[in-house]
Amino acid sequence: MRKGFRRAKSRVMVGLLVVSAVLAVLPLFLILGTLMVKGVGSINWAFFTQLPVPPGESGGGVAHAIVGTLLMVGTACLIGLPIGIGAGIFAAEWPASRLATATRFIADVLNGTPSIVVGVFAWTWIVARQKHFSGFAGSAALAVLMIPMVMRTTEEMIKLVPHSLREAALALGFPRWRTSLGVVVRTCLPGIVTGALLAIARVAGETAPLLFTALGSQYMGTSLQQPMAALPLVVFTYASGPYDDWHRLAWATALVLILVVFVLSLAARLATRRRFDGPR
Amino acid sequence: MDRVDVSQPRLRTAGLTAFYGPTAAIREVSLAFQPNQVHALIGPSGCGKSTFLRTLNRMHEETPGARVTGLVQLDGDDIYSRSVDLRRLRRRVGMVFQKPTPFPTMSIYDNVAAGLRLDGRVAKATLDDSVEQALTVAALWEEVKDRLRSSATALSSGQQQRLCIARTIAPAPEVVLLDEPTASLDPQGTQRIEELLFQLKQRFTIVIVTHNMQQAARVSDTTSFFYLGEMVETGPTRQIFTAPVQPRTEAYITGRFG
Repeated sequence: MRKGFRRAKSRVMVGLLVVSAVLAVLPLFLILGTLMVKGVGSINWAFFTQLPVPPGESGGGVAHAIVGTLLMVGTACLIGLPIGIGAGIFAAEWPASRLATATRFIADVLNGTPSIVVGVFAWTWIVARQKHFSGFAGSAALAVLMIPMVMRTTEEMIKLVPHSLREAALALGFPRWRTSLGVVVRTCLPGIVTGALLAIARVAGETAPLLFTALGSQYMGTSLQQPMAALPLVVFTYASGPYDDWHRLAWATALVLILVVFVLSLAARLATRRRFDGPR
Repeated sequence: MDRVDVSQPRLRTAGLTAFYGPTAAIREVSLAFQPNQVHALIGPSGCGKSTFLRTLNRMHEETPGARVTGLVQLDGDDIYSRSVDLRRLRRRVGMVFQKPTPFPTMSIYDNVAAGLRLDGRVAKATLDDSVEQALTVAALWEEVKDRLRSSATALSSGQQQRLCIARTIAPAPEVVLLDEPTASLDPQGTQRIEELLFQLKQRFTIVIVTHNMQQAARVSDTTSFFYLGEMVETGPTRQIFTAPVQPRTEAYITGRFG
């Protein structure tokens, strides 16, 4: 009797957990499903290679936004990854130093800062001073978002490396920099790469910080000193526009964005896998 | 390798006290280690034997707040003197740890070569020779010679520990410190390391920390007994185990505490 009650209780609890797990991933499938249904029809070669057509005409593509996103995210990586990884290594190597404690705290605050605040910040410091919107301002805003994420994951990954490994290198006569870079960082490099990829995936979809900085554009442009298009901005503009063709493009663009994030996350997964045990 | 007269100890400490913050983990330890002998440090957990070992290659000071007073001399030179190059010191005094610590991103070959490459570029043939020699001395060559390029983490833990010994001896140190090197190994792995020590002492001065008294009795020429941060007694291993002078040593040896 009591045994039966305990079994029933266990089943109910397990059932609740399973329901929670399903509910947790349900939105992702709903999003993917909706985007597929609404967006996949508009994805064709022209979508990737052509520029937008005037309102009212059908067809056209978002090549300018693809180029814009690549350029801005790429530039943000050039700025953000070295700083973020460097700061992470510093915080892990001198964990008790005042600078590391302060940096860690500020990075946590920055991680929780709404991205639109970072956009306003970039607007104040770059756009307002230069008196024009630019892709570079967008990159700077994205870089500011990336740095704390990359820094914290880098630090956490380094802290996961067993202390004994560091001691082994030091005891072998490794100088400190070589211990840190050649042994410790190298050991957790897949983890750091994963953190970087996830940060890239996160900022690639950011819209708010680009609204005040890159602004968006209808033209193909490769100059970071000009206003620049980006995929999230296309979604924002087209989805809120009045034309059916725009809506279709917005759905397709959203689908591409989520696929990009998906691919980056997948790449992050692969990077964490041990690749060493291949052929000798 | 005998650059100094055999009558002079290779390594010597005098009045050595090691602190973690305000706490002294070992107090006033004076010991001398002769070349080509195995010296065992025994004692219950927390007696300071590992701390003492770590003062001999200055790994002790890698712990935040740790410091040392007293004297440690290697071939007559104070290793705590300002002019000492820490990295060169650690190449002269190698260390093997309790858990095998192969570098996981490196192949078997690269692990052994790691210490050799610190001096800059080395000709490949020289490197190959040194790696083979170190692995041979560590009794691992026959097992790994056909897979030098595969990951070091694929080896068994006993093999990994022998790899770490090979890595330590490859740069030709004068002293090899071993901190409970068999504590994480099975009996077979333990036996192989113990046999290896007889080979190693032909070339090096060996100091081994062990909490296994049978092991100390089997492998060492001299034994020092540590208790509560104090070096209680030191002498030829046979004497320590059969006719200790100090009552505390006798109590420990006969299993009355620790």
